[in-house]
Amino acid sequence: MPAIILMVAFVGFSSFIVDAGIPLGEAVFMTGMVWALPAKVLLVGAITAGMSLPAAFLTVALSSIRLMPMVAALIPELRGARTPTWHLLLLSHFIAITAWVFAMERIRDVPREQRVAFFAGFGITLTLANIVLVATIYSTVDALPALAAGALLFMTPVYFLTSVWSSSRDRSSKLAFVIGLGFGPLFHQIAPEFDILYAGLVGGSAAFLVDRVMAIREAA
Amino acid sequence: MLAYQSIEAWWWPYVFIAVAGWLATDMWRWLGVLAGNRLKEDSASMVWVRSVATALVAAVIAKLILYPSGDLAQAPLLLRIGSAAAGFAAFIFLGKRTWVGILAAIACLVGGQIVLG
Repeated sequence: MPAIILMVAFVGFSSFIVDAGIPLGEAVFMTGMVWALPAKVLLVGAITAGMSLPAAFLTVALSSIRLMPMVAALIPELRGARTPTWHLLLLSHFIAITAWVFAMERIRDVPREQRVAFFAGFGITLTLANIVLVATIYSTVDALPALAAGALLFMTPVYFLTSVWSSSRDRSSKLAFVIGLGFGPLFHQIAPEFDILYAGLVGGSAAFLVDRVMAIREAA
Repeated sequence: MLAYQSIEAWWWPYVFIAVAGWLATDMWRWLGVLAGNRLKEDSASMVWVRSVATALVAAVIAKLILYPSGDLAQAPLLLRIGSAAAGFAAFIFLGKRTWVGILAAIACLVGGQIVLG
């Protein structure tokens, strides 16, 4: 299910990349090497705008800081007692929003020794499937009716809504989820360049503090 | 300055993508692994990191609904918000099944657009 939804999103990305005039080989290379969809959209934007390499690097890097807390939150659940760090470094490449949401929701049901293998299987398959998808539909991607295309694009946020909620087990995460939904648009008005990052840091920290205060009150 | 279009050689676009795309994203993933390796499961710092990550993802979701790309932008803003809320409500009250939520949201979105013309 999440794999199908992500592949639908990549159909949209393929038509975007064809419109931008990026050749097939580079489109496939980009899909495998960058993997995170928002970062790729920015990279293509930087390429078509004729940005210099340092400027493009900075744009993509600043927008991708969010990957760090996402990876950091998943690693303690993913690793086994003796998992070598270099395995985790290699696997971290396959963490982007869909794989993260899926792993956070399901990984607790997998025995600890098998979690690295479980994530490797899902994450690598997801990346490879989308590399193949971009390669095969590159030349045939054509306009769907607007109503159908819009409905397909709508699947991604609704899927994230439901599965992030199921993966939020503690009260702090549930609060963070609700606050983040509000803060995303709020910070988009205030600081559109770094809205996601600010919403995450401020919203997540606020949720954490509220949760601590509530825990102290309950204990008292 | 060195742009994607600056050098004609076949390999240049690949170098450009590797530096501005791969390195710019994977360096954060590597830092995340190193930071995550130091976190103890269910410690307070772990709860904080998980909250920040959850709020980040929630902000991405809100932006996908409020400021969509492509053909989804043709649906009115209130219809998008209402359909997402209906999908989430269907998910919560009809047995926590993801596909139920997605179906309900899509039905509202498509139905609403047809009714509104």
